[in-house]
Amino acid sequence: MTDEKQETLIITGNEASAWGARRSKAHVVTAFPITPQTTVMETISEFVDSGKMQCNFVKVESEHSVMAGMVGASMTGARCFTATSGQGLLYMAEMVHWVSGSRLPVVTTIASRGIAPPWNIWVDYSDILSMRDSGWIIQFASTHQEIFDSILMSYKLAEDPRVMLPVFIAYGGFSQSHTSKPVVIPSQKAVDDYLPPVPDDGWPHLVLNPEKPIVHGNLLMPQQEYMEFRYKMHETIHGAKPIIKEVIADFHEKFGRNYHGLIESYRCDDAKYILVTVGALGEQVKDAVDTLRSEGKKVGSIKIRYFRPFPKEDLVEILGSKNLEGIVVVDRSIAYGSPTGGHISSEFSNILSELPSSLTYLPAVWGLGGRDVTVGDQESVFNDLINLHEENEIKETSNSYINGTLWVNLKVR
Amino acid sequence: MIMSLKEMLSDDFSEEFLLCGNSACSGCASELALRWALKALGSKTVVVAPASCTNVYIGLWPGAAPTVPFINMAFAAGASAASGIVAGYEALGKTDINVMTWAGDGGTVDIGIQALSGAIERGTNFIYACYDNEIYANTGTQRSGSTPFGAITTTTPYGKPIHKKNISQIIAAHDIPYVGTVNGADPRDVFAIFKKIKDITGPRFVHLLSPCPPGWRFDSSLIAEIGRLAVDCGIWILWEQENGEFHLRGKSRRLLDKSNRKPVDEYIKKQGRFRKMTQEGINKIQQWVDGNWLAIEKTVKGQC
Ligand SMILES: Cc1ncc(C[n+]2csc(CCOP(=O)(O)OP(=O)(O)O)c2C)c(N)n1
Ligand code: SF4
Repeated sequence: MTDEKQETLIITGNEASAWGARRSKAHVVTAFPITPQTTVMETISEFVDSGKMQCNFVKVESEHSVMAGMVGASMTGARCFTATSGQGLLYMAEMVHWVSGSRLPVVTTIASRGIAPPWNIWVDYSDILSMRDSGWIIQFASTHQEIFDSILMSYKLAEDPRVMLPVFIAYGGFSQSHTSKPVVIPSQKAVDDYLPPVPDDGWPHLVLNPEKPIVHGNLLMPQQEYMEFRYKMHETIHGAKPIIKEVIADFHEKFGRNYHGLIESYRCDDAKYILVTVGALGEQVKDAVDTLRSEGKKVGSIKIRYFRPFPKEDLVEILGSKNLEGIVVVDRSIAYGSPTGGHISSEFSNILSELPSSLTYLPAVWGLGGRDVTVGDQESVFNDLINLHEENEIKETSNSYINGTLWVNLKVR
Repeated sequence: MIMSLKEMLSDDFSEEFLLCGNSACSGCASELALRWALKALGSKTVVVAPASCTNVYIGLWPGAAPTVPFINMAFAAGASAASGIVAGYEALGKTDINVMTWAGDGGTVDIGIQALSGAIERGTNFIYACYDNEIYANTGTQRSGSTPFGAITTTTPYGKPIHKKNISQIIAAHDIPYVGTVNGADPRDVFAIFKKIKDITGPRFVHLLSPCPPGWRFDSSLIAEIGRLAVDCGIWILWEQENGEFHLRGKSRRLLDKSNRKPVDEYIKKQGRFRKMTQEGINKIQQWVDGNWLAIEKTVKGQC
C-alpha cells in the first residue's frame, strides 16, 4: 500500500482506526494496551517504526497518562490521537474532562467493551456512555469504513474554531475491532486536500508559546465565570449540530460516501413501528426490517450516529410522523437505576413529550458484554413492540419484559 | 559553581517570571524557589503545575503571577502532561523551549509517582522539580508519603509513626542523567542548580526542601534558618547524581563525619509540627539520619 493512490484494503476495524490516524497525519499519539483496542496501537507502532507515518508515538505507562499526554501535546498546537477501551477509558476519566475543559481538539477511538467485574472484553457501550456528559462529542461508527472516515471528519469538526471540542468515535469491541472488511483508503493527497494542516500559530484560544504566554486553569471563585465556561461548552456542543452536517456534506462531496447526518433512518417514511439503536447492530437491523417488510409489517429503523450532541430535532422530525404507532429504543449498555436501564432509552423521555401520547414506547436492552444479537432477535424485538401496541402485553417471547423494559434474551424472568 | 549574589542580582537576571503580589504565604519556600528557578531557566520555559499550593499561589483567575506559559494540571498528571508537551514540541520541530513540572511532594512521591517514573524511563527531555513541604498543604496539611517521622498533620494528629519516603533515591534508580537535592530556602542554591541543569538533555529531577511556615509551624522570618538547619543537622543531604556518578554537594560534603553534624533536635525544636515529639522520638530521628549517612558513606566509598 502506498500513500500515492487510493486502495481498498481488507482490514480490521482497529486497523481502520490506525489508518485514520495515519491519513490525518496525527503529530502525537499516546497509548496504552487494552483489549480490544490494542491492535490500534500495534498498527500505529508498525506505521511509525517503519517510517510510513511521521508521528511522535509516546508509549506511556497508564491511560491516565495517555490522556494527560494528549492534553499537553494538544496545547502545543499538535494534532493528537489516541484509542482505548473499557477499563482504560474509566482510568483516564479525569483527563477526559481536562481535554474538553481546555477545549482541545483531540480525537479518540473507543473499541467498546464490557466493564469489570466480572472481566469482559466484548462489545458493550457502557464504557463510552459513562463519558456521556464529559463535554466530548460522541459518535458511533457502525462500519469499518465509517471508523476510518469518521476520524478524518472528526478532526475537521474538532479543529473548527466554532467548535474546539474533542471527539470520541466508538465501535464494537471484537465485533468490529477484530473482524475484517474492505475499507477504501484514499491517497494521502486526497486527505490532505480535505483536511487542512493545523494552524502554524496554534489553536485560537490556547497555545503554549513563550512568545505569547498564557496561564491556564487557575482557580475561579463561585461568582466568577466558572458557570459561563461550562455553559459555553454546552452551547457549543448543541451549536455543533449544523456544523456536523456541513462536515458530512463536504465529505460526501469530496469522497462520495454519505453519512446522512446525526442519525440515519431506514425505511421510516411510512413506518408504523421504528426501532432506534446505535452502532453496528443499527446496520444489521436493516436486514430485520427487510424481512418484516416482506411479511407486510410496516417497520423501519433509526441509527443514532451522534449521541452528543443529542439529535433531538432530527429524531422528532421522523418520530413525529402521523403513521407511527410504536417506538422501541434499544441500548447495548446499562445505566443502573435509570428510568429504563438503558442510556439512550432514558434520554428519550425528553423526546417523548414532543410526540403523540398515543404512541407505544418500549425501552429495551440487548447484547451486553458481547452477547449475540441475531437478526432473528431483532425481529423478535419488533414483534414484541407490535404485540405490546396491539394487545397491551407481550406474549410468547424469548425476551423478558420487566418493569416496562424489554431485556433481549435475558435468562432472568 | 554557586554564583555570587552580585551576579544573581545583576541586570542579566533582573527579569521576573513569577511576579510579586501573588497569593503565597509569607515565607513560602516553594514560591521563592520557583521564582529563582525561572530566573535561571529564562523566558523560553513552560511550566506544568499539578494540583498543589502552586495552583493557588500563582493567582486566582484572571490574575496570574507567572509571565511564562503556565498550565495548572490534574494532581497525578504533572509528569505525563509535561511528556505530552515535550512530544508536541518535538513533533512540531520546536526544540528550544524548557519544559518543567513544578510539583509538591504529594504530586510526586504519592499520586504522581507512576507518571513520573514512566516519563523518566522514556527519557523525556524535561525538568521535574519537586518542592517538598512534607505535607499536602493545599488541602490543609495532611500527611504525605514525604512527611517525616513525628510530624503532626491533620491526619496524623499525634505525629506520623513512620519515616518519609526517599524519593530522590527512587528516582536515582532510574537511568536518568541528573538527580539532585536542593535547599529550596536558599535562592543561591536553587539558582545555581537550575542554571546547571538547564542545558542537560533528558529527564532531570530536582528535589527541593521547601520549608512551609504555616504547615511546619514556625515564624515566616525563620525560613532561611530552618532550611540551613535541615542541611547542617544532616537531615536534608545535598547531593547530585550526574550520569550515574554520585557526589555530595555544598555544606553536606563535610558532614560525612558525624562530629560535623548538628544534633537533629536543633532543627526539630524550632518547629511546632514536632511539638508532641518525645526524647525517644528525637533519638529515633537521629538514628534515621545517621543511618542515611551510613548509606551515603557506602555509596561514596564504593565509588572510590
Ligand atoms: C485526583 C485528586 N485527588 C485529590 C485532590 C485534592 N488535592 C489537591 S492538591 C492536594 C495536595 C497537594 O499536595 P502536594 O503535592 O504535596 O502539594 P502542596 O499542596 O503541598 O503544595 C490534594 C490532596 C485533587 N486535586 N485531585
Ligand atoms: S501553605 Fe506552605 S507551601 Fe503552601 S503557599 Fe503557604 S507556605 Fe507555601
